[in-house]
Amino acid sequence: MNKSLSKERQQYLARKRKRKWAVLGCQIGVILAFFLLWEVAAQQQWIDSFILSQPSRILKTLINMWQNDLLYHIGVTVFETLAGFLLGAVGGIILAVCLWWSSFVSQVCEPYLVVLNSLPKIALGPVIIVVAGAGTKAIIVMALAISLIVTVLEMLNGFLHTDRDLIKMGHTFGAKKQQLFFKIVLPYNLPTLFNSLKINIGLSLVGVIAGEFLVSKAGLGYLIVYGGQVFKLDLVMTGVLILAVVAALMYEAVCLLQKWVMRRRER
Amino acid sequence: MSRLLYSINAVGGIILAALSVEHITEKYQAENGEVEAIADISFSMEKGEFLSIVGPSGCGKSTLLSILAGLLPPTSGRVLIDGVPVEGISSRVGYMLQKDHLLPWRTILRNVQFGLEIHRRLDKESNARVERLLKTYGLWEFRDKHPSQLSGGMRQRVALIRTLATNPSLLLLDEAFSALDYQTRLSVTEDVYRILRQEHITTVMVTHDIPESISMGDRVMILTQRPAHIKEIVTVDFGEKRSPLSCRNHPRFQEYFDHIWKELGVHE
Repeated sequence: MNKSLSKERQQYLARKRKRKWAVLGCQIGVILAFFLLWEVAAQQQWIDSFILSQPSRILKTLINMWQNDLLYHIGVTVFETLAGFLLGAVGGIILAVCLWWSSFVSQVCEPYLVVLNSLPKIALGPVIIVVAGAGTKAIIVMALAISLIVTVLEMLNGFLHTDRDLIKMGHTFGAKKQQLFFKIVLPYNLPTLFNSLKINIGLSLVGVIAGEFLVSKAGLGYLIVYGGQVFKLDLVMTGVLILAVVAALMYEAVCLLQKWVMRRRER
Repeated sequence: MSRLLYSINAVGGIILAALSVEHITEKYQAENGEVEAIADISFSMEKGEFLSIVGPSGCGKSTLLSILAGLLPPTSGRVLIDGVPVEGISSRVGYMLQKDHLLPWRTILRNVQFGLEIHRRLDKESNARVERLLKTYGLWEFRDKHPSQLSGGMRQRVALIRTLATNPSLLLLDEAFSALDYQTRLSVTEDVYRILRQEHITTVMVTHDIPESISMGDRVMILTQRPAHIKEIVTVDFGEKRSPLSCRNHPRFQEYFDHIWKELGVHE
């Protein structure tokens, strides 16, 4: 420890550290207690482990699947999610830029965007399957449909709420619209962009799982639906748990990307 | 009109006015009708002169500055800088707003380069100018810091240098110090005044602070209620070695203040 720090400062830092570990410890404790209680409840037959499964059976299923084709199914779902996510993010940002560029177009589009935003996109499922074919393509389109409009609205809102004074400052230097966008509006909205990406990665996963429920032959959504149909609820629970881990990892990946980009912006 | 464009100097030569404003009027259309903001304003300025503009709030002071900057076309009349008409946003004009509006994600150096970047004039020569300005005005050692790490007064100085880096012929200050606290404000006006004199920059400042208008201006222009026209232009004379702080103690300061106060009719 640095000797130049005062005693009070050291105490303060120690308190902060202690608090951090206490929070982490409790978080781990809660999840362990949950699984332990679940296991005990199943063994004591307080709950029906055939319907609600139990951690030891999930573990067995997991090992069994690992030796077969679990990685393949995870790979399929992750690929479809990333494809939908990237298409939604890039497409959404491009559309938002177009709408920001022309306030006339944006005024014309407003009611359609509002309706499309509140429409449950899963209702379009049958149309998507007929048009895109019953396969991977339909699943990616479903993910795209769910994440696109949200991105457009979120980004457009961010662009339009850029600090007016900064825009005026740009005007006083005679900045063209393109310069205003790349030098002020876009860097100003990087936090908005990442918020929207964080929401999107989750939404794309929703789209992919919904799509896999409807048409797929592989993927985590397929495993879950298949498990339900043959009444192997161990498989369903295992699928859901893996899905939770995959979702968390993808979210974390976006957070890491955000940290990296924000550090670069500060130069 | 030529009376405004030229003036005769002491030895009888003709000098081109640095700024010449000819019969500017401004009407604009609002939802609930037409607003006549400015009714016929004409004046001219010499190179290096400092003009303060005061007037009742909402009288169109800022509208006048926007017209001078070319941000807003006048309904009629024209503005000439060094004899050349202003058409559209002009890179010959530097415009400073109430707050510093530094971009928080850029370092001080990159903030100062902003205007040059927009004008696509970021080269060896302009970078040398930026370096000289930052060094002369005590900000060079802060060049890699971010705006949030600087005090309000320093940030305002950075904003001024950002504007001066583009080498404008005319500087417009739109209530540029009113967001600062009183103490910082006095010291920043002192700094800014020194910088502007040293760089010999023609400046128009809009303010609602009468003492500030007197302490910085060579002349103080008093505008009327909307539609604005010039009520009077007061020539301020504190001799050669004046500074914004020292002239506040000058015996004539109070006279100027009383006069402008009365002309503004704020007491009504």
